[in-house]
Amino acid sequence: MRSVSRRVFMAIALPALIFVLWWIVSADSTSFFWPPLQTILGVFPETWFEGRFAVDVLPSLVRLLIGFAAAAAFGIALGLAVGTSKALRDYSEPVLEFMRAIPPPVLIPIIMLFAGIGDTMKIIVIAFGSFWPILLNTVEGVRSIDEVLRDTARTYRIGRGRRFVHLVLRGASPQIMVGARQGLSVAVILMVISEMFAASNGIGFTIVRFQRGFALPEMWTGIILLGSIGVALSIGLQVVERRTLRWYHGLRQSEKAR
Amino acid sequence: MSAKVVLDVQHVKKSYTVRGNVVEAVGDLDFTVRQGEFLCIVGPSGAGKTTLLRCIAGLLAPTAGSVLFEGSPVTEPPPGMAVVFQEYGRSLFPWMTVFENAQLPLKEKALPPAERRRLVTEALEAVGLADAMTSYPWQLSGGMQQRAAIARAVAYEPHVLIMDEPFAAVDAQTRADLEDLVRRLWERLGVTVLFVTHDIDEAVYLGQRVLVLSQSPTSILDEVMIDLPHERDQLGTRSLPRFVELRSRVYSLIQDAKKGLTTPSGEEQVS
Amino acid sequence: MSPQPGTLTLDRRRSSRSNPLASPRMRPFLGFATFLILLETLPRIGIVNPAYFPPFSQILAALAQQVLIVEFWIALGQTLMGWALGLTIAVVGGVVLGLVLGANRWLRDFTHSTIEFLRPIPSVALIPLVVLLFGTSMQSTLVLVVYASIWPIIVQVLYGVQDVDLVARDTARSYRLSWWRQIASVIWPSALPFAMTGFRLAAAIALILEITGELIIGSPGIGQRIAVSQSSGAVANMYALVAVTGVLGVAMNILARRLSRASMHWHSSIRRDEVSR
Repeated sequence: MRSVSRRVFMAIALPALIFVLWWIVSADSTSFFWPPLQTILGVFPETWFEGRFAVDVLPSLVRLLIGFAAAAAFGIALGLAVGTSKALRDYSEPVLEFMRAIPPPVLIPIIMLFAGIGDTMKIIVIAFGSFWPILLNTVEGVRSIDEVLRDTARTYRIGRGRRFVHLVLRGASPQIMVGARQGLSVAVILMVISEMFAASNGIGFTIVRFQRGFALPEMWTGIILLGSIGVALSIGLQVVERRTLRWYHGLRQSEKAR
Repeated sequence: MSAKVVLDVQHVKKSYTVRGNVVEAVGDLDFTVRQGEFLCIVGPSGAGKTTLLRCIAGLLAPTAGSVLFEGSPVTEPPPGMAVVFQEYGRSLFPWMTVFENAQLPLKEKALPPAERRRLVTEALEAVGLADAMTSYPWQLSGGMQQRAAIARAVAYEPHVLIMDEPFAAVDAQTRADLEDLVRRLWERLGVTVLFVTHDIDEAVYLGQRVLVLSQSPTSILDEVMIDLPHERDQLGTRSLPRFVELRSRVYSLIQDAKKGLTTPSGEEQVS
Repeated sequence: MSPQPGTLTLDRRRSSRSNPLASPRMRPFLGFATFLILLETLPRIGIVNPAYFPPFSQILAALAQQVLIVEFWIALGQTLMGWALGLTIAVVGGVVLGLVLGANRWLRDFTHSTIEFLRPIPSVALIPLVVLLFGTSMQSTLVLVVYASIWPIIVQVLYGVQDVDLVARDTARSYRLSWWRQIASVIWPSALPFAMTGFRLAAAIALILEITGELIIGSPGIGQRIAVSQSSGAVANMYALVAVTGVLGVAMNILARRLSRASMHWHSSIRRDEVSR
């Protein structure tokens, strides 16, 4: 019992401390850039949770999810194909290394040429940007499947279908998860930036409007909102990971104990 | 003993090109294995034992010569053969329980579920893992993991069981238990066992026949028939004078092999 | 154990001897060449609209022109400087913080939740704030770069310090080594491979944020030139500059990998590659 309460205390102690300090230090602030925390939080609900929720927040999140889902589907599928075929890997490696090295935000002006500034553009940008870490990590995941495990599957004549599901997919899943994590953070960045660069609605677009209109407390609420979204998505992914990779965590724990 | 030949290794040779140099791992290996036999293969380190096993198991294609399993040439892993690797931890699927691991090859054989369950349960009971069926491999000790791998092989009902230094990575006490386990299973199931090891005592204790390999390029240095009593136990058998004689013979052959000889020097002749 | 090249059949070796183009070593070049050929022909035959994607040769020509202009090199220098400066600050800050927080179990637990909370916050969320504070100067982007790239380093150094062999630590303590010496001789060498992983991640992230800042905020650099090309309709130019950023990224990846391998050649034989977070 004692360790649970200690863990809870440790988890909220510093954040609570920072929150209180921020509140107190900014309470009497008349600085333009650093409005009181109280004001920021006060403005929060009406800024985001009334009309804007449907007009800006939801569309942003929907675009993010569609783009990320597309990137995950293509990235994993292609990654599995490239990972299992040495020939494909050899051919595509330099091109893939080059494409993955291009900073994703740079694609925004390019894709804007093809797709204008609407929803499609943003979804394509998000999908294209988060595709690369997922693809490359999936390839790595397939490659890193243990040789002995592969040999075992061969000696027992495990057929292609079963081998794919039970050996390749599950064996690569820890590394695929790493790719998903990286892809998700790229997706969030691209969601925000594509809306800051050229958009007519969205969270990023709204925050820039606040900034240009010098509505500082509202702008701060936007920053906090983005931070919360980032954290929430990260926690969501961790939950998924903990479920599907329970065997992996167990394995790593037992290795560490040895 | 006129049982039929189940495995025929015909002048198998395997060489690799490593960075332009041709390395001959296996020079010329030629021997047969009869049905129901327990054959042990020993040799100095790096003698290409694992390469030979991989050729027999169909994982590797020989450069020359061929392997015939039940009359047909081996070009890929043949049905009816099960392999137990040295690295037990890496041969079990970490995301499956012990039961699921043992069951997987049987699913591929398209056996009905009830039959699969029976075979797996019996195999796990035979190796002493009846209580660990729903455990994951990483929850088990090294010895238990190797038992799981053996159970998987046994449940598969193979004609030939190939074991590649299976107990090399296990502590001495566990090794003794596992040796007796393999011997018991062999007696019960009547399966042909091909057992590769670097441990001379183990080879003499377990086998009916021991093949000693020369150094690379590997060939058969000599063959030692083990005429110990059929009933073996760790304490009694290992202190028999005949055991000591056979052991010394194999030991001196290994020494010959290390010196690079390809025919026995005949220093320790035991009839 | 003898080498295991797998089931390399004789056929593949035979075919590569007769046709050198089919050898596996040529494949990367063939793949890349095919890519370039596609880039050239697809716009020309109209599958891709050449107004949106000019043929590769035009992009190359635009690049050749850029390379002759002084402003290009100045911009490149600005990008590299911003990136290097931001990365240095992140590395120094990250390593110090990582070591300090990691060495003390209580501190580590105390700050864990805060770090896990701050980490996933996209640094681009700070863009409006830094624009108000620093305008379009280099400092705006610098803040973004440092904020984004400090986290991988802190996290990796934390892992590294936690991973220190307990026996080594106990030995150091039993010899009553000073706190400083413990860090230098025991903790740091053990944490080094993790720090190098963090460095590699941070370097990549820093470049991305540097270019992003230039693109969105308008800080001086290649990213800013890309934005200008796009708004003025100089499409081939834009692609040429994008290609430059790709080359920068690849060069930086290679450099970071060399650096980490060089500093760890004594380590890599002991440690396996960690799945990087």
